[in-house]
Amino acid sequence: MGRYLLRRLLQLVPVFIGTTFLIYWLVWAVPGDPFAGKCGERRCPDQYIAFMTEKYHLDQNVFVQYFTYMKNLLQGDFGQTFSQREISDIILTSYPNTLKLAVVALAIEAVIGLGAGVLTGLRRNGFLDNLVLVSTLFLIALPVFVVGFVLQWLLGVQWGIIKPTVSSEMRWSELIVPGFVLGSASVAYIARVARTSIAENRRADYVRTAIAKGLPMRRVVGVHLLRNSLIPVVTLLGTDLGALMGGAIVTEGIFSINGIGRQVFRAIITKESATVVGIVVVLVLVYLLMNLLVDLLYAALDPRIRYE
Amino acid sequence: MRVSKRATSAIALSAAAALVATGCSSGGSGENADSADGAIVVHGVQPENPLVPSNTTETGGGKIVDWLWTGLVEYPNDGGAPRNALAESINTTDSKVFTIKIKSGTKFHDGTEVKAKNFVDAWNWAAYSPNGAQNGTFFADIEGFDKTYTTDPDGPDKPQKAPAPTADKLSGLKVIDDQTFEVTLAAPTAVFPTKLGYSAFMPLPDVFFTMKPEEFGRKPIANGPVKFVSWEDNALIKLTRFDDYNLRDKMKVKDVDVKLYQDDNAAYADLLANNLDFMEVVPTSALAGDKWKTDLGDRGRSTVTPTTAFIAFPIYDKRFANAKLRRAVSLSVNRQEISEKIFFGTRKPADSWANPLTPGAKPGNCTACKFDPTTAKQLLAEAGGFTGEMVFYYNSDSAHKDWMDAVAQQIKTNLGINARAEGVPTFAVFRQNVNAHKMTGPYRAAWQQDYPDVENWVNPLFVTNGSSNDGLYSNPEVDALAKQASAAPSLEASHEAFAKAVEKVDQDVPSIPVYFYGQQSGHSEKIKKLELNNVGEIDITSVEL
Repeated sequence: MGRYLLRRLLQLVPVFIGTTFLIYWLVWAVPGDPFAGKCGERRCPDQYIAFMTEKYHLDQNVFVQYFTYMKNLLQGDFGQTFSQREISDIILTSYPNTLKLAVVALAIEAVIGLGAGVLTGLRRNGFLDNLVLVSTLFLIALPVFVVGFVLQWLLGVQWGIIKPTVSSEMRWSELIVPGFVLGSASVAYIARVARTSIAENRRADYVRTAIAKGLPMRRVVGVHLLRNSLIPVVTLLGTDLGALMGGAIVTEGIFSINGIGRQVFRAIITKESATVVGIVVVLVLVYLLMNLLVDLLYAALDPRIRYE
Repeated sequence: MRVSKRATSAIALSAAAALVATGCSSGGSGENADSADGAIVVHGVQPENPLVPSNTTETGGGKIVDWLWTGLVEYPNDGGAPRNALAESINTTDSKVFTIKIKSGTKFHDGTEVKAKNFVDAWNWAAYSPNGAQNGTFFADIEGFDKTYTTDPDGPDKPQKAPAPTADKLSGLKVIDDQTFEVTLAAPTAVFPTKLGYSAFMPLPDVFFTMKPEEFGRKPIANGPVKFVSWEDNALIKLTRFDDYNLRDKMKVKDVDVKLYQDDNAAYADLLANNLDFMEVVPTSALAGDKWKTDLGDRGRSTVTPTTAFIAFPIYDKRFANAKLRRAVSLSVNRQEISEKIFFGTRKPADSWANPLTPGAKPGNCTACKFDPTTAKQLLAEAGGFTGEMVFYYNSDSAHKDWMDAVAQQIKTNLGINARAEGVPTFAVFRQNVNAHKMTGPYRAAWQQDYPDVENWVNPLFVTNGSSNDGLYSNPEVDALAKQASAAPSLEASHEAFAKAVEKVDQDVPSIPVYFYGQQSGHSEKIKKLELNNVGEIDITSVEL
C-alpha cells in the first residue's frame, strides 16, 4: 500500500511538468498582442508597453519564459497578472468558491442520482423507472446554460424564491440552485449507472444467498447490494469533481460566482500565461489526487482488490 | 467592445432631468429607509488595473476613479461648459501660462489637506515615462514633457530601448504656494482648462509617493464625495460617504456597493429582481424587440452619450487613397435604416463629424453622411471603380456583426462592389492589426471623447500623427487649421477655427461616421431620484432613496 502510494505520487511529477509546459505554450501561441487592445481605440504609449514587456519578460522566447516562471513557482511565487495583482491571491480567492460550488453539485449528484438509481434498479420497468428514464434523458439533452437561465429566470426573477445571483459571501443555501444546474447532467448519468449496476447485482449469487439466509431486505440492499454496486458510481463521482470544477465556467457566469472559470477565461483572452498555468496547475493536482483517492476507495469497497 | 474609457469626459447628455421613479413597491414593508443611512448596489466590472487615476484607461476602473476623485474642473451633468470644482480660479492671459488657485481646506480621505503640490507631484509622476502610466501622454501640452517622456525610437517590439529621460520633473510646473501653482505650456492651448477634469489630472496624496503605485491602487486615497472601503476581487468594491467633503453636495446615501459582474445577463436578472439598484447599460439581448421596456417599465431610461461609431479607411492602402471612392462608400450607407432596423432606434444616425453633444461641435456638418446612392455611383465611376473585394472588418467579441453586415450589404447593393463583412476574433488581435497599419479594408472604430471639446474630435483623429489617426490620414491644410485652432486665444475662436478644419475633413472623408451611441439604463424600485453624468455614468451624489 505504501509503495503503491509512493509510486502514484511520483507519477505526478512528469504529468505536472508536461501539463504546465503544454498549457504555457498554448496560451503563448494564442494570437494577439496582450497590450494591443488594452488602451481602447488608441495605441498604448510605447513606454507603457516597454515597461510591461520588460517586467513580464515578454521579449524572451517561450522556453526562457516558462523556465523563469517554473523557477519562481517552485519558490512559491505564482507571479503577477498584467494588472499587477498577485496570482496566488486570485487562486486563494477564486478556488474556494469553485470548490464550494463543485462540492454542492457533487452532493446533489450523489443524493439524487444514487437515490433514483437504487429505486429504479430495484423495481425495473415500473412507472418510476420510466419516469426517471425520461427525466434523465431530458436533463442530458439540455445544455447547462439553458437549465441555468431557465431556473434563474423562473425562481429568481418570476417567483422571487431565490436571488438571481450569488452574493460575495457565498452562503451554502445560495449555492443549491447553481449546484443543481452544474450537476444536472451528471445526476442523470449517475442515476443510470447506479440503476444498471444495482439491477445486475440484484441477480448475483451472494444477494440470493443473503435473502435465503433470511436477512431483512434493508440489510441486503444497504450492505451487500449497494456496496458492491458502488464501484462504477464512485469512479464517476470521483472524476466528476475535477470535471465540475473545470466546467463550472458557464454556471459561474450565469450566477455571477467569482470562481476559477472566469479567471481562466479572462487570462486566456489577455494572454496571461502565468495566470492560466497557475490556476490549471491546481486543477491538475485536483484531478490527479481525486483519481488516486478513487483507486484507494476501490480497495475499501471491494475486499478482492489489494494494492501492493 | 464598449468604448474604452479614456474619457470621463465629455459633455452632457440631456441627462440632467432628474428622474423620478415610481415610489417603492406598494407593500409598506418598512422600506422607507432614510436616504441618510441607505445603501445602494450598482453594477460594475472588475477594474483592469489598480486604481491610480493616471493609469486607468478603461471603463471598469474609470467609473470608480470618477466617483472617488474630484478634479480642478468638473463637467456638469446638464452638458454645460466645464466649471471649477477644486479650482478657485484658473487664470491666463495668453492660453500659455495658467495660474491655478485651488480652494483651501479640502481634504483627502486620509485627512491630509489637498495642496498645490499634490497636483504638481501627481502630474510629474505620470509624465515621467519610466513610471509607465497609461495616461502619460495627456501631459504632452506642458513645457518640458519632451525631457521627461521619451519614446522608443524603433517601436516597443524592437530591441532598442527608449533612452532614459533627462529630467524627472516637468519644467512647466511650478508650485507658488500651498494653494497656487503655475502651468506653462509648450504652446498656447485654449482647451487646456477643459482637459483638467479628465482623470489623468487628479491630485494624489503625499502617501502615494511613499508606496508602490499598485499598492496604493488597491486601497486608493482620493478626495471625492465617496471614499474607498474595501475591494474583493471580481466580487465587490465597497465605498462609503466621505463626511468631510465640502466641494459640492455630499452623498445622500451612505454606502455604495459596486458589485462586479462578469456577465451582463446575470446583472440584468438581478436588476429585474430588484437585487441590483442601478445598471448603466442593459445587455444587448434585452434591446431586441424593446424587451427592456416591457421588463423595466418606468424603471428604465434612455439617454444619449457623446460617443460615435465610425468606419475608418486604411488610407495607407492605395485602393482607398482616392477621396471620391471614400465619399462614394459613405454616401451609399443608409444610416437611418441601420438605426431603425438593427438598433431599434436606440442609436441615432450620424450626421456630423464631432458628436453633437460636444461643445464646439457643429451639428449636421457631415455632407458625406447623407444617403445618396445616385451621386455615390457617379463618384465611384469618376474614381475609376473599385477592383477586387471590399472587406469590412470588426472585432467579433462584441456585438458588431449585424450592423457591419448591413453596411457591407448596402455597399454591395448600392455600388455594385463585391463587399462583405468579416469578424476578427478578439479586440486585441483586431487592434494589433490596426495599430500596425496592416488593415486591408475599412474597419469599425468608435470614439468617446476624453473631455468635452470639439478639439478632442479633431486632433487625435484627423491630424497627421494624431494618437488615434490609425488610418494615417494626412492633409496639411487640416493640420495647419487645427494647429491654429488649438492655439487660439479663446475657446470661441478655437471652435470657429476647428469648424473650418472639419470642413476640409468633410471633403476628404478619411472615415465615415455611422451612428451616435445611445444608452439604455435601469434602476431598482427603491431609488426615487438619480441623475446621470455627462457620459451616462450614475452621479452617485444625486441618488435619493
